[in-house]
Amino acid sequence: MWWIPTAEAQSFMPPAATQIAENVDTLYGFLLISSLVSFVLLMGSLAYFVNKYRRKTDSDKTAYITHDYRLEFLWSFIPFVIFMICFAWGAKIYLDMRAVPEAALQIHVVAKKWDWEFIYKNGRKITSDVDDEGNKVPATMVIPVNKPAQMIMTSTKVNPADKKDRAVLHSFFVPAFRVKQDIVPGRYTQLSFTPTKEGTFWIFCTEYCGTGHSNMMGRVKVVSEQAFNDWVIGDESGGPKELSLADKGKEIYKTRACIGCHSLNGSKMTGPTWKGLYGSDRVFADGSTGKADDNYLRESVLNSNAKIVKGYQPNQMPAYQGQLTDEDVTAVIEFIKSVK
Amino acid sequence: MSEGKNYINQEAGLMSWLTSRDHKRIGLLYFYSIGFFFFIGGVLAMLIRTELFRSGNLFDPALYNRFMTYHGVIMVFFVIVPGIPAILGNIIMPLHLGARDVAFPTVNLMSWYCYVGGAILAFWSIFLGGADTGWTFYTPYSINFSGANITAALAAFVAGFSSILTGVNFVATVHKLRCPGMTMKRITLFTWSLYATAILQVLATPVVGITVLLLVMENIFGIGIFDPEMGGDPVLFQHFFWFYSHPAVYIMILPAMGIISELITTFSRKTIFGYTAIAYSSLAIAGVSFLVWGHHMFTSSQSEVAAVVFSVITMLVGVPTAIKTFNWVATLYKGSIQMQSPMLYALGFMFIFTIGGVTGIFLSTIATDIHFHDTYFVVAHFHYVMVGGTLMAIMGGAYYWFPKITGRMFSEPWARMSWVFIFVGFNVTFFPQFVLGAMGMPRRYADYLPAFESLNQISSLGSYMIGTGFLIALYTFVQGAYRGEEAGMNPWGSKTLEWTIPSPPPHENFEEIPTVTAGPYEYR
Amino acid sequence: MSTGKLDKKNGEFAHHFNDAEHEYVSSKEGVWIFLTSEILMFGALFVGYFIYSNLYPEVFEVGSQSTDWRLGFTNTIVLLASSLTMALGIYYCQKNDKKKAVMNLAATVVCGAIFMIVKYFEYSHKIHEGWLPGQWFHGDTQGIENLPLYFSFYFMMTGLHGIHVLAGMGLVTWVAIRANRGEFGPHYYTPVEGVGLFWHLIDLIWIFLFPLLYLV
Repeated sequence: MWWIPTAEAQSFMPPAATQIAENVDTLYGFLLISSLVSFVLLMGSLAYFVNKYRRKTDSDKTAYITHDYRLEFLWSFIPFVIFMICFAWGAKIYLDMRAVPEAALQIHVVAKKWDWEFIYKNGRKITSDVDDEGNKVPATMVIPVNKPAQMIMTSTKVNPADKKDRAVLHSFFVPAFRVKQDIVPGRYTQLSFTPTKEGTFWIFCTEYCGTGHSNMMGRVKVVSEQAFNDWVIGDESGGPKELSLADKGKEIYKTRACIGCHSLNGSKMTGPTWKGLYGSDRVFADGSTGKADDNYLRESVLNSNAKIVKGYQPNQMPAYQGQLTDEDVTAVIEFIKSVK
Repeated sequence: MSEGKNYINQEAGLMSWLTSRDHKRIGLLYFYSIGFFFFIGGVLAMLIRTELFRSGNLFDPALYNRFMTYHGVIMVFFVIVPGIPAILGNIIMPLHLGARDVAFPTVNLMSWYCYVGGAILAFWSIFLGGADTGWTFYTPYSINFSGANITAALAAFVAGFSSILTGVNFVATVHKLRCPGMTMKRITLFTWSLYATAILQVLATPVVGITVLLLVMENIFGIGIFDPEMGGDPVLFQHFFWFYSHPAVYIMILPAMGIISELITTFSRKTIFGYTAIAYSSLAIAGVSFLVWGHHMFTSSQSEVAAVVFSVITMLVGVPTAIKTFNWVATLYKGSIQMQSPMLYALGFMFIFTIGGVTGIFLSTIATDIHFHDTYFVVAHFHYVMVGGTLMAIMGGAYYWFPKITGRMFSEPWARMSWVFIFVGFNVTFFPQFVLGAMGMPRRYADYLPAFESLNQISSLGSYMIGTGFLIALYTFVQGAYRGEEAGMNPWGSKTLEWTIPSPPPHENFEEIPTVTAGPYEYR
Repeated sequence: MSTGKLDKKNGEFAHHFNDAEHEYVSSKEGVWIFLTSEILMFGALFVGYFIYSNLYPEVFEVGSQSTDWRLGFTNTIVLLASSLTMALGIYYCQKNDKKKAVMNLAATVVCGAIFMIVKYFEYSHKIHEGWLPGQWFHGDTQGIENLPLYFSFYFMMTGLHGIHVLAGMGLVTWVAIRANRGEFGPHYYTPVEGVGLFWHLIDLIWIFLFPLLYLV
């Protein structure tokens, strides 16, 4: 299909920096060409008819054509087939886009009014900065090229003490990767991509979030694996060492009484063990099942009674809603992930 | 004709208008009030484009967000949703059915007062500081316990009642008030489209009614149903909202399609091609439109399975829409086509609506939608459908029925000039926005990267052109209504029933209820 | 324009209908269409209820213990009785029995009032206990996170229903007054019938609300 690359070149899409983005662009090229062809056909015949059958005298007689079932069937069926092709093609790419790659580099994305924060597992936190001239430097996430990265995203309040303030919806959009995912307060949403090109790309917030919505931009900088490793190490040499998320989670585990009921060695106490918990299949008291993913763990920390694992008693654990910050919860979950 | 009594000079005085239960007078009341709102919404649109003329901020972003919100709220709830049904539908549909009025004239008047009530609330909310939530009122942003949000949501609630009452009225009218011989297969396609629309109004509007009511309660009492801090689910709001607002898109576009069917047949003096297909495709669109709301939420964290299902159902909407378009083009074949200004609008509609339609396929294909969602691509798409589609049709319809409503002709050269400005201006405004969206510019941005500037400037210039076009159209209407030549009963040589009675019609519409023996487009 | 009021009892009808029967069936259909709209409005609340009761079963289990099923049951009986008297009211209007018609309509209003009084006691009990929706909740959560959500639904659903009962009472009063003036007869009873349909719908919605909020 020779015309697809041609269409791509004329598509005005930003440079594609992932494999998925290139697939999206191919589909986009197909859509562009096929809609252009049908548009020209339709408007061409319209122009032709308008020109050819222009009224000549005031007493023109016209043909009395009420319908033609064969023709009508054809122009219902052919678009139907084309639409189904578009659907199936689009759905396939979408499912690929949503599949989480193995061993992805997990980065926590915190959205708030109106800025981004990126937290790495080692505790490194990237925020916006100001340069010497006083201009804003958007928060810039650094990731290695050709390695899958997974964003685990949530939205928080700027000022937890303000009762009227709400954590609001945001949306994480990297045009160069063709991916977008809304960020919903009170839960984690996730998004993954594997950049194939080095460079710096924009991150936009695409869910309206108030006055600063249009300034809520971030950047993602894709570097070689070597440079990424240097960047990670380079940080640890200078400045006070930050606790990694998992270490912070361990502190909470020890100080907030998790340790009393959850073992790390697989033994059963008042609550289920944390060993191997992340990603395991759970069977609940009401017979339903589920996977221990980020959202499940978050819910269980904040409101343990929501889903009681079979064989355990409800109402044993205090609800930590309002007791732990979003970042604390994230740290605890990272700690659970590290107990394998 | 004007020496006789007609609905306009039947009674005099403001009160006779404000208490009138004559469907034609209520239609005109709607025309004035919707026209007023359209003016305000249009000014806001130009203010938005002025802000976006350059990268950087001309207005305070908080002010810009209010422009953007009120442009949306006004244009959707107070202009396009009621637009065609309440003005042209009210005036023309009973004439098309051979009826003396709609089924419930008092309810019809009540619906106008609901509209006015909603309008007052909308204005009041501006004085309370103005809502800045966008017309979609997404939670939790809209939960900030502010009076302006409460009043703006209530305005949508009250205007919703107006919509429901109109819908109830129209369904009953189509069912019960057809003149002898007027079987369902002989009603006009305009009436079919209004009928499908009315069903949507009755079934979908109450859901958004209760949703905004819950939002109001959330704002006043903090009930927590949509508030994640209290265990509520903000995404549920989106589900409820789009359960109405997607069918609302068809409430906006179906009547426009009905008008186009009338215009195409009249000005090509030819019977419609595929009457049954066009009529049933309206019902099909109405039916399917209830099952596709999730395509507004592909990135909202609904499950992958849900996204795939909503995508495939959305594709199905494309089929009846394509059928309509092909049938219109086929109607032109071997016709006797006259390029009067209403016909120009109809052809302009076809051009713009086709672009709006095919870009809809880009958006219902999930993989591409993920990229285009909430960018200017979407903005361009829905303006192509709703403005280019609905407004082109409403202008075409207004010119087409102008002689019937006022009894006079408008000035054809001026009308053509308004068309040129609106048609060209429209494409200049919105086509660059497709490109901007593909480049990744998100919507609802008060400011943007310098890379997006040149296209935004073209777009802004186009919006002033549209504004000029509508001012010319306004002049044409006023000039025609006062100075125009007398139109006579049937200036276009049309076959539908409204052209068999004097212009303007008398209060009773038909001296004697007609008996119909054939379909509406018998051009032989 | 029409001159003065139409004497509909004696077969006059609005100018755009063919005859009085035509006006009657059209009006009745209009009421039905409006009622579908009402059903969808409550429908959205029911959907919300089911979603949340699925999400937080414990909230709805504990929450519904705060309601007294005996009061709810009383109200169910009261409303069912009122539906009967409403139907009788229509019947006697058709039979041109003014006295009985007015009596039955009045009984319907009284039933509505009893319903609202019982509701008043239920509400004041909950307010007293601090069982209020969302952020106003200050009662005992009994260790259940998000318990206030139950009361959000309880007050939204019964509140909206209560407003409908009040509106229904107003409408029934209106037709009762008109019946008392002798405006209805065997050939014209459209308003009574329309209001009756509305009243039955209110009753029907309560039949669904009662088990969901009191018995679950």
